[in-house]
Amino acid sequence: MARVIRPLPLDLDVLIDDRRTRVIVCCGSGGVGKTTTAAALGLRAAERGRRVVVLTVDPARRLAQSMGLTSLDNTPRLVPGIGKPEPGSGQGQKQRRNGDAGGGSLHAMMLDMKRTFDEIVEAHADPDRAAQILANPFYQSLSSSFAGTQEYMAMEKLGQLRRAEEWDLIVVDTPPSRSALDFLDAPQRLGRFLDGRLLRLLVAPAKFGGRTGLRMLNAGFGVVTGIVTKVLGSQMLRDVQTFVSAMDTMFGGFRERADYTYRLLRAPDTAFLVIAAPEPDALREASYFVERLAQEGMPLAGLVLNRVHGSPAAGLSAARSLAAAETLQAAICAAGPDADGPGTGSSAGGGSDGGGRDADEPAGGGSDGGGQDADEPAAGAQDRGRRSGGPPRDGGTALAIAALRLHAGRMQLAALERRRAEHFTAAHPLVPIAEIGAQPDDVHDLVGLRAIGRTFACR
Amino acid sequence: VIHHPGRADNLQFVSTRDTDWEGVRLHVVTGKGGTGKTTVAGALALALASAGRQVLLMEVEGRQGIAQLFDVPPLPYTERKIAVAPADASRPGGDVFALVADPESALIEYLATFYNLRHAGQALTRLGVMDFATTIAPGLRDVLLTGKAAEAVRRKEAGRRVYDAVVMDGPPTGRISRFLNVSSEVSGVAKVGPIRGHADTVQNVIRSPETAVHFVTVLEEMPVQETLDGIAELRDLTGGGIQAGGIMINMTRPLALPESQLRAAAGGSVDVDELAIGLKAAGLEAGAALAGQLAAELIEQARTEVGQQAQRQRLDAARQPCYQLPLITDGMDLAGLYRLAGALREQGAA
Repeated sequence: MARVIRPLPLDLDVLIDDRRTRVIVCCGSGGVGKTTTAAALGLRAAERGRRVVVLTVDPARRLAQSMGLTSLDNTPRLVPGIGKPEPGSGQGQKQRRNGDAGGGSLHAMMLDMKRTFDEIVEAHADPDRAAQILANPFYQSLSSSFAGTQEYMAMEKLGQLRRAEEWDLIVVDTPPSRSALDFLDAPQRLGRFLDGRLLRLLVAPAKFGGRTGLRMLNAGFGVVTGIVTKVLGSQMLRDVQTFVSAMDTMFGGFRERADYTYRLLRAPDTAFLVIAAPEPDALREASYFVERLAQEGMPLAGLVLNRVHGSPAAGLSAARSLAAAETLQAAICAAGPDADGPGTGSSAGGGSDGGGRDADEPAGGGSDGGGQDADEPAAGAQDRGRRSGGPPRDGGTALAIAALRLHAGRMQLAALERRRAEHFTAAHPLVPIAEIGAQPDDVHDLVGLRAIGRTFACR
Repeated sequence: VIHHPGRADNLQFVSTRDTDWEGVRLHVVTGKGGTGKTTVAGALALALASAGRQVLLMEVEGRQGIAQLFDVPPLPYTERKIAVAPADASRPGGDVFALVADPESALIEYLATFYNLRHAGQALTRLGVMDFATTIAPGLRDVLLTGKAAEAVRRKEAGRRVYDAVVMDGPPTGRISRFLNVSSEVSGVAKVGPIRGHADTVQNVIRSPETAVHFVTVLEEMPVQETLDGIAELRDLTGGGIQAGGIMINMTRPLALPESQLRAAAGGSVDVDELAIGLKAAGLEAGAALAGQLAAELIEQARTEVGQQAQRQRLDAARQPCYQLPLITDGMDLAGLYRLAGALREQGAA
């Protein structure tokens, strides 16, 4: 056997307690719990005395819900109830102590990328010209759907929050994208695009027509313009042309701003947290991101591994657990084959499955007996129907089978996740890892966020 | 070969009955990040390919997720066979082909097909113009990708359809209606002209009964909400909605407990003594300590499941067929994919 690879532990409490940490950027691919992690970090830090603002970029308004806010609108809003005892929770005293200790506070905001873009335009152009730009169809398309605008505006907003100096910790939840790298690449892409020679040449070839050096190039771009016109129609090109001439003085500024925030991200008071779930895709993205941060000289604090499965009964292996379940199952079958009959189908789908086809599904499976499906957790649904009509007390057999199958699945899952995490650590032995257990319920309130926060410290 | 009389009958049954999506030839699969959209798209393609059918599985997000799922090297912009669906007693197995469609290649193909401009298209790519053209007009990118799917659906050779079905591993739920609503997205940028005409043709396929959009979800609040929102958005599209398909409830792990016991466990009450007796009967001698630990696991899972039941009921509001796919706890490999495909077929999704 290969030796077990143990990652360095990542203590998130140490990270948020360190006053030198001014910006925490939560990156990772979609669906790994970035928003929840960012919110939990923000809340925890606030209750440990920091003045925190959490910036989220998610159009699904998840943070709004998890923070108990009905709307988030491009302006930081104070989240009420921070550092206050929860009524009837029994944890009040501890929270109060934490809250009073440093006078922490929590603000939250959701990025409105179009609004942020509009504000940049309004700040850099006179009112007439700004109005002209804002009304341009090409601008509207660019500001609401250019791949990268969201990331650019997130960085822009981060820069603004930083300059405001109202908070001593900014937690950024990055836009939902399939690749974590988009957050780093997209802003510069927008900057390059707006700044690009291609854009200008394409829309204003006549301007350069007189210069000999550009004539060749110009001929080439004539073809390009021709094709773009052919495919999109000439209206589109006219919109772009109007847009470019109106924006002319602002273009350089876009790249400059992107560069400014990029530098901000390199500063030592910034900490990147790469968020992942113990799944192949998410960990692969995390790997790419870790490598990229190293290349860019950006400060990585570590990996947060969300939704990790563990078991209090780790001593009982999946194989033994399954074998024990099969023993019990076989005993039931031997004891009474007629036990299969009446119960089947009547309530197999039960309340949980609602309607549709699934309700009659066990009819085919019922005759197979237990053996064939013993290794399949889903087979449990069939057994449920079979026993629901039976006597309530069966010497704990049904209960034990359910518990053993559940445990086996959990141990398999835990082993699988551990292997995946080990692959990551093998490739990145110096990246510390914090694990956050799978939560039994959806996290949608401060209580849930606090529960996550309590697992931040290394034991 | 071991003879399973019951099983052979089952398969016969499966291969001859109607499925819920008879007549659908373009299956678009969407889902929130982390719900297993690509996995379900792959399983659906396998399920549809049984009984001699030819299925194209298409990826549009440039992630090479299909290659990883089927454990094959990265796929190019050409259709190639990646898997064979199992044969049954009466018919040979079908084939799954895969295609990774990217907007640049699709644009070059489009220019070559309609304007005989293949070389110009390639030159433009080198200049970065493709990137430009598809980024200034996101609707253009979408119409090229959906156009490729529509083309594959309608393609004929010697009077026969080349593919019996096309499965598209589509964009995530948050973007799906916009992605498929190409006609009006494009009309925003191109009011007339050939791309507009092309978009209208594509739209005819997407808004026909031949297309259905399946939603992959897990029974958690946000994915369920996005599924409901996504279905509502599809229905609300102006000019006639796009057909919503099935709701694929992924990663289910039902506890084998009667409802009353499940509710009790979710409330924190498990008969630990009884569990200990059951464990002992199974030959596990660890006794009360083990029973306590397993009871804790039961309680946690029961809480999860009760929460999931509530989410499951919310899905009823969509009034779409639901299918359950089990959580594969021992690693998502090809064997797991075939199991999911089997589950989809058993429940009539394919």
